Amino acid sequence: MITKQLIEIKSHLRIAEDTFEVVLQSTLARELKPGQFVHVALKNHMLRRPVSVANVDAEAETFTIVFKIFGEGTKSLSRYQAGDHLDVILPCGSYYPVEELELDHALIVGGGIGVPPLYYLAKSLKEKGVKVTTVLGFQSKAHVFYEEKFQLLGDTYIATNDGTYGKKGFVTDIISELSPTIDYYFSCGPTPMLQAVTNQLAEQKGYISLEERMGCGVGTCYACVVPLKEDPTQSKKICKDGPVFYANEVILT
Amino acid sequence: MNLTTTLPGLSLKNPVMPASGCFGFGKEYSQFYDLSDLGAIIVKAATGQARYGNPTPRVAETTSGMLNAIGLQNPGVDAIIKEELPFLRSYDTPVIANVAGSTVEEYVQVTKALNHSQDIAAIELNISCPNVKEGGVQFGTDPELAKEVTYQVKQASNYPVYVKLSPNVSNIVTMAKAVTDAGADGLSMINTLTGMQINLKQRKPIIANKTGGLSGPAIKPIAIRMVYEVRQALDIPIIGMGGIITAEDALEFLLAGANAVAVGTANFQNPLACPEIIQELPRVLEQYGFQSVEEAIGKGHVNG
Ligand SMILES: Cc1cc2nc3c(=O)[nH]c(=O)nc-3n(C[C@H](O)[C@H](O)[C@H](O)COP(=O)(O)O)c2cc1C
Ligand code: FES
Repeated sequence: MITKQLIEIKSHLRIAEDTFEVVLQSTLARELKPGQFVHVALKNHMLRRPVSVANVDAEAETFTIVFKIFGEGTKSLSRYQAGDHLDVILPCGSYYPVEELELDHALIVGGGIGVPPLYYLAKSLKEKGVKVTTVLGFQSKAHVFYEEKFQLLGDTYIATNDGTYGKKGFVTDIISELSPTIDYYFSCGPTPMLQAVTNQLAEQKGYISLEERMGCGVGTCYACVVPLKEDPTQSKKICKDGPVFYANEVILT
Repeated sequence: MNLTTTLPGLSLKNPVMPASGCFGFGKEYSQFYDLSDLGAIIVKAATGQARYGNPTPRVAETTSGMLNAIGLQNPGVDAIIKEELPFLRSYDTPVIANVAGSTVEEYVQVTKALNHSQDIAAIELNISCPNVKEGGVQFGTDPELAKEVTYQVKQASNYPVYVKLSPNVSNIVTMAKAVTDAGADGLSMINTLTGMQINLKQRKPIIANKTGGLSGPAIKPIAIRMVYEVRQALDIPIIGMGGIITAEDALEFLLAGANAVAVGTANFQNPLACPEIIQELPRVLEQYGFQSVEEAIGKGHVNG
């Protein structure tokens, strides 16, 4: 059940340009499923910030978040230290239905700050015995993170916008070259990337996860809606019905 | 400590209720605490038909507050009566419905539909939404229009009518008088103040609607001043709101002349904001020399 908890920061590390990895201690860690987020309160900020879960260690009762400095909120979050406490609402939102799906081969496609939730997903898929192929896109070499971690789970390909690492270009360029035979794809990243990926993989079954500026984060304020493909006058809430959606379910704007 | 307070048609176990639009229809927050703890609940706006609302982004954080331009998204009054309000039946707390519209006819239609619901105790007439092109704030900034819509809704309603005032006016007392003359049973104040925030990198307003309504602690002094002015001029029950985070803030509204208070934006920061304020209120009242909520109402006025 969704709960507000004051939890301790176990570690706080810079892992790439403007990118931080924070491990948090919580009795609810094992409740967090791949794709879900936590809603974090920050000192001197009116609104909480949604941050997706990048990993869970059920034994240790910890979970990991990875975020990039994007605005004032994430800048503030980057200044916390191990030993500090964070006021967090969790678990929030929908998740990738790893348990329910039948599949042998999954394609993971992540862009920038959309990469973290896909790590926890890829790990869960691998544990289920699914073959995982990963394609990740970053701005430049300095922004790349988690490459080795993904490599341990399966073949991993990197693209950078400026070509300073991996292939120069976009994740879609790598997908074209690979044209892998897959059962499902799973994608998270900036909207233009999601649009390109869902178009390219229109024939495949897939799930995407979305981001939006949030108010409540729990489904009451209608700040975070996304229109539905089958009827654009209807919408779903990213914080409650999402952030994970079936790829053809919503209109990406 | 006696926390009770009375408003027309409502006798409240305590003066604290969530504000419209900041609590949905209660379901989500019922996961965090027992809604029966609340003095009352004001639910999200209802319009005649379902509304989609504005494009996103719809919210932005500001210094000590936030902007929102939701645009009155709601499933329409009939769906609200059928699918949302019954959930609140199981809680021992009165529900106030928030009525919105683009025309006087729509306001009256929504009001009449709500007459058929047994699940509410009063309506809050929202003539102050700054985020819709038609209606909304236009009714809340023109005293003649405000009078007309209040009169028509009051005629149509079986329930007490609280008119929610907009702060986007130069003289709040004129507006308060206009709706009081038209038969309002009480006032609810204030709604959000129109604002804007521009993203420096993108060189454009953050909110897709460009402007949004400012809420949160940033607006509290304005809300306090307006409640004070209206209390000075009129003898009408007031639900005060705007930037309440703590029990001290709630007491400040009582001193300014509010008979009860509503908590909006604070729910987003802290889902337990309302019960925590209720829990703290006895201590704060006592600290400042009051034996009850009733005793504190209006006590901030220097000339009595
Ligand atoms: C996201 C959001 C949605 C709102 N929706 C409504 C609404 O539907 N009807 C209404 O009368 N007021 C609405 N309001 C205004 C609040 O009820 C309240 O008057 C205002 O936010 C000031 O209180 P606060 O500073 O405690 O938030 C909304 C406010 C916010 C922040
Ligand atoms: S952020 Fe409030 S409904 Fe999603």
